[in-house]
Parts: sequence; C-alpha cells; structure tokens
Amino acid sequence: MTAVDSMRPAIATVRAVRRETADVVTIRLDHGDRSDAFEPGQFHMLYAFGAGEVPISVSGRPARGGGVEHTIRAVGATTRALCRLRRGGTVGVRGPFGTAWPVEEARGRDVVLVAGGIGLAPLRPVIQRIIAERELYGRVTVLYGARTPDDILFEADLARWRGRFDLQVGVTVDHADASWRGHVGVVTTLLTDVDLDPDACLAILCGPEVMMRFTAAELEARGIPRREIWVSLERNMHCGVGLCGHCQMGPELVCRRGPVYRLDHVGRLLGVREV
Amino acid sequence: MSDPAGDARALDVDGLDRLIAALSERGFAPHGPIVRDGSIVWGPLRGVADLPAGWTLEQDAGRCQLVRRGDGALFGWAVGPDSPKRLFLPPSLQLFTARRDDEGGFALDPPAPAPGPIALIGARPCEIAAIAVQDRVLLGSEHTDAHYRARRDEAFIVAAHCGEPGGTCFCVSADTGPSARSGFDLALTELHGDGEHTFVIEVATERGAAVLEAVPHRAATGDEIARAAAVVTGAASRMGRELETDGLRELLYGCREHPRWDEIAARCLGCANCTMVCPTCFCTSVSDLTDITGATAWRERSWDSCFTMDFSYIHGGSVRPSVGARYRHWITHKLASWHDQFDESGCVGCGRCITWCPVAIDITAEVVGLRSDGSPPPRTRTAGFRV
Repeated sequence: MTAVDSMRPAIATVRAVRRETADVVTIRLDHGDRSDAFEPGQFHMLYAFGAGEVPISVSGRPARGGGVEHTIRAVGATTRALCRLRRGGTVGVRGPFGTAWPVEEARGRDVVLVAGGIGLAPLRPVIQRIIAERELYGRVTVLYGARTPDDILFEADLARWRGRFDLQVGVTVDHADASWRGHVGVVTTLLTDVDLDPDACLAILCGPEVMMRFTAAELEARGIPRREIWVSLERNMHCGVGLCGHCQMGPELVCRRGPVYRLDHVGRLLGVREV
Repeated sequence: MSDPAGDARALDVDGLDRLIAALSERGFAPHGPIVRDGSIVWGPLRGVADLPAGWTLEQDAGRCQLVRRGDGALFGWAVGPDSPKRLFLPPSLQLFTARRDDEGGFALDPPAPAPGPIALIGARPCEIAAIAVQDRVLLGSEHTDAHYRARRDEAFIVAAHCGEPGGTCFCVSADTGPSARSGFDLALTELHGDGEHTFVIEVATERGAAVLEAVPHRAATGDEIARAAAVVTGAASRMGRELETDGLRELLYGCREHPRWDEIAARCLGCANCTMVCPTCFCTSVSDLTDITGATAWRERSWDSCFTMDFSYIHGGSVRPSVGARYRHWITHKLASWHDQFDESGCVGCGRCITWCPVAIDITAEVVGLRSDGSPPPRTRTAGFRV
C-alpha cells in the first residue's frame, strides 16, 4: 500500500511510569522524533498489545528528558492494560490528533483554568506552557476539583504551582475524609473566591460534561462571553481521524474538529439531550 | 463526460459478455449483480450468464421479493440489499497483525499487498452517487482511509441507467438518478423487447473508450438513443417514493424535541438494518484481538451502526441510550449534518433503508411526520409490511 495508513500505530517505548492515585497512572512515552510533536489539548490513540486502543490526551512533557506523558485512569480493559505497563514496555501510538487549547490567543490575557477529575491531565501541558513563558500572560488561576483527597492528581505539580507567587491555585474535593483540611464542594464553588475581569479573561475548562456546563454557566453569569470559554469534549473514538463516525455530536466530528472547542461553537449542543 | 447523443455506441448481449471478458483480461476483477440468497446481490461476475436475467425485485417498506419478470432483461430491477460499498469498504477487514518479540515488545507485520482493481458492471446511478459520497468522507480530508483508497482508486465502473425503479426508490428527489451523470467509465441503457436486446453505451473516460475498442460494437442509431433516453424518463416518472428536500436541514435541526421521535422509538427495533444496507453509511469499529497464546494480535475493522448502544459508549454510559435519540441521530446525520460535514446530503434516495426495515419505518414518511406539528402521521406508505 503506497498511501500512509493512519490506522497503523507507531511503536513507542515506555520510559517511565508514575502512579498518581489508586487507579491513575502517568506513563512517559518515547517514539523518536515525533514524541514531542504535539500541541496542548491534542490526544494520541494508545494501543495496548492485543487489548485495544483508546484516545488519551497528552498530559505534558516530562520535567527532564524527552518524550511525552499521558495520564490514564483505569476504567476498562484497555485502560487497565495501559495502566499495567512497566518501564521498558511497548505501546502503539497514533497521532497526535485533534485541536489544541488556545495558548497563543491566551497571551496577554488573564487565564482561568478549571479542571474536574482526570480533566486536569489535558490542562497540565497548558499550565506547563504558561509557566515556561509566564511573562506573556496576565493573572493565571488554576481551579481543580477531585472526588476525594485520594483522587488528587499531580500532587507534586500542584505543590509546585501553589508555591509560585504568579499562580493562583485552588483545590477542592467533592467528598472529604478526616484528614482533609482543604475546601469541600464542587469546583464551581471555588470560582466565588476568584476575582474575574470579564474583559481580560479567557477560560479553559476540562472535565465531565456536566461540570463544564455548570462552570461555563457560572463564568457567563460573571460576564465572560461564550467566545472566551473553551472546553474539551469526550466522545467514543475508534479512528481519531474523522473516518469511523463514533465521535459525532450533532454536525461535529469531535476527533477532528475537537476535542477542544470554543463554547459558542458547541454550547447549544451541550444542552441537547442525547445528541 | 461524453455527449450521449453524439457518440453513443451499441452492444448486444454477446458484446456485453465480451466487455466483461476484456476487463478481466486487463486485470480487473469484474463484479456485478447476481442472484443469491433469494435476492440480487453484488458478487464476482464471470460473464453475462451470471447476471440476473429475467429477475426483478418487488419492493415496498419492510418487503423485498425476488420474482420472475417474464422476459430476459438483465437489469430489470432497481437495487438489492447490498451495494458496491462492500467492495470498497469491506464489512470486515484485518488492518494489521502485531507479534510479540523476544524482548517483550511487539512489532507490526508489513502491510498486506493492495488488492487488485475491481470492475463494477451495472452500478446504479444512486450507487455511483453513493460511491462519490463515500469518496468525500473517506478520501476527502487530511487523513484518508488507505484501505478504501487501495480498493477504490483504480476501480473501473460500468453504470447501468435505471429503467425499472423499485417501490421504495426516490432518486429523483435526491437528484442522483435515474441516469448517472458522472463517476463512471462507461454507462449502459438496456433496450429489450420484440426480439431486441441492445445496450446503448455512453463513453465517459479514455480508458472506457480503450476497453470498448477491444469489443465488437457499433454506433447507436438515433432511434436507439431516443429510446434509451425514454427508458430513463419513464423511470423518473415511476418513482416509488418522494422526499421533499427543501429546508430539510433546518427542519431537522429545528425539531430535536419533536414528539415524533418517541413515536418512531416505539416502532424502531434498533436492529441497524438500515445502516447495514445504506450505501453511504460509513461507520466502522475496530476490535483488537489476540490468538489463544497471546503472542499474535490483530486489529479488525467492521461496519458498525449508530443504532447500537455500544456505538457512543464512553466511560459512564452511552451518549445515546434511547432508541429515539439514535434514530434522530441517524436521520439528522443523513439529511442535515452531512451537509455541514461534507457539503452534501448523505442520502442518495436508493430506498434500501425503507425496504429492509423489519418494521417498515420509512425515511420519507418520517420527514413528512416531522414536518407536521406532531399530530398522528399519515401511515399509507408503510402498508407494504405484512404480518
């Protein structure tokens, strides 16, 4: 076959494995020159030998060394197989696919990043990028909601980000345990403590659809227009390149025109039952 | 495109047989309509003798019957349950094989060699329109389907303009037939009766002309050309169904909460038949499988359907758990969002989804129902379903 077959994965080596929580693992992959050819917000199709293939957002660049990181929650057969990978293991990679967060548009603006659950993973490369060129942005706020204290991802990163004087970081949990001394409540409750300038602010949301809907509604109520709010959508995907049909949401082929969308482009669809 | 009135040719039945042989000699694998499994389906063609001479398909909503015509026409029927889709986008295809290596990693076997080119004999105008629709879906964007391309690129197409529309046909509404306008190398119109059996041939491409040169043929007479045109005009006047396409996209986007969806859901079995027979439905799923030792794995791609629960499943549940939402998604995609995605309709008016629906749901009647305010719909079009 002469044409490039977009369904054939490249082979990547697992360079490092870091356990984040009981069911979440971050793996660092190296597939040569193409490893870091991604934009924040894009995803790869990761193939666990014989088990299956799933879309996983890039969760950042490693602090040291090359490669690309993915943070995976074990919820099904394929993600469980990916989470069982060891250093030196092999995984299939296709991509990167999809649209990116509006990092360049955010320059010169205040940026509010709101994450729910595993949704912090696709935001991590944006936060890394912002920190790397911090002088280009205004006030930057990161708000993160996890289900329980045990589900908090990237604890080392969060500690580092909270230690900076140029980032405002808020963390909340839906359900606290006896050890928790932090904020309790859904992530939108953190917004009330944030000083927002509706004329200067760009918002980036990632998490369960219901969380993004409520967060967007709160931001809109605070005067931020829909065109300044960005979301990342999750849909079933088999090909990643707009050929298999699974990821449709109304007229959107989410893998190709998304997963990152400006809210005014998809906001109406988010409110439609079973679209 | 040639001017059919200017340089139309004529073949007799033996000439058509020789045309199939000539394509075979040139390395094409001829495929065409054959009688099998009580219907007319696409299959390998050795010659004219394999074509469904004297057969037709009586079709209505939820009903298709293979019956004798009482003459020897080769193309005296409209479309059967399958289409050339299965030749270019196979229902099941192995995409790659991967093997464990000694170090615990794995590697992919080299890609399989491309299959040889196919020749379609007697593709219907709606089928050719459907191929063009799938071309735009699978070859028209940045990432193309290499497997579809390998089968599609060199394919030789002999169109058969329609003279005998079926009871569920509405290609006139879809503006795809009953004559094909482009997308073929040669096109034939069958003239038969009173001892005559002639195929008036239009030549559309240079390679079509070259193949035809290898076959005994003659210039078509003015009378034959006129009668060929009348065959198509006659077919256009006998469509089994019609679909009002004006404002359809806006209609479907505007009626997401119409009570009709629940009414359809009460009848729809979610069986996916409509999507399996649809010549434009392109959705596929991949499954990653292993042998029993776990040393060899492969990826299989199969047709899938938006009518299944699994189709839209993400962790936490299916995006479209209700049957009504799945039907709404399917018809909205066909008639509305396809325009947004690919600048055209996803429906070519072949009527297969109507014929092969086990409960006789009729896309044309559903549009009529959705155009109404939600009061009980006219049910005349579903009368063909017999219990």
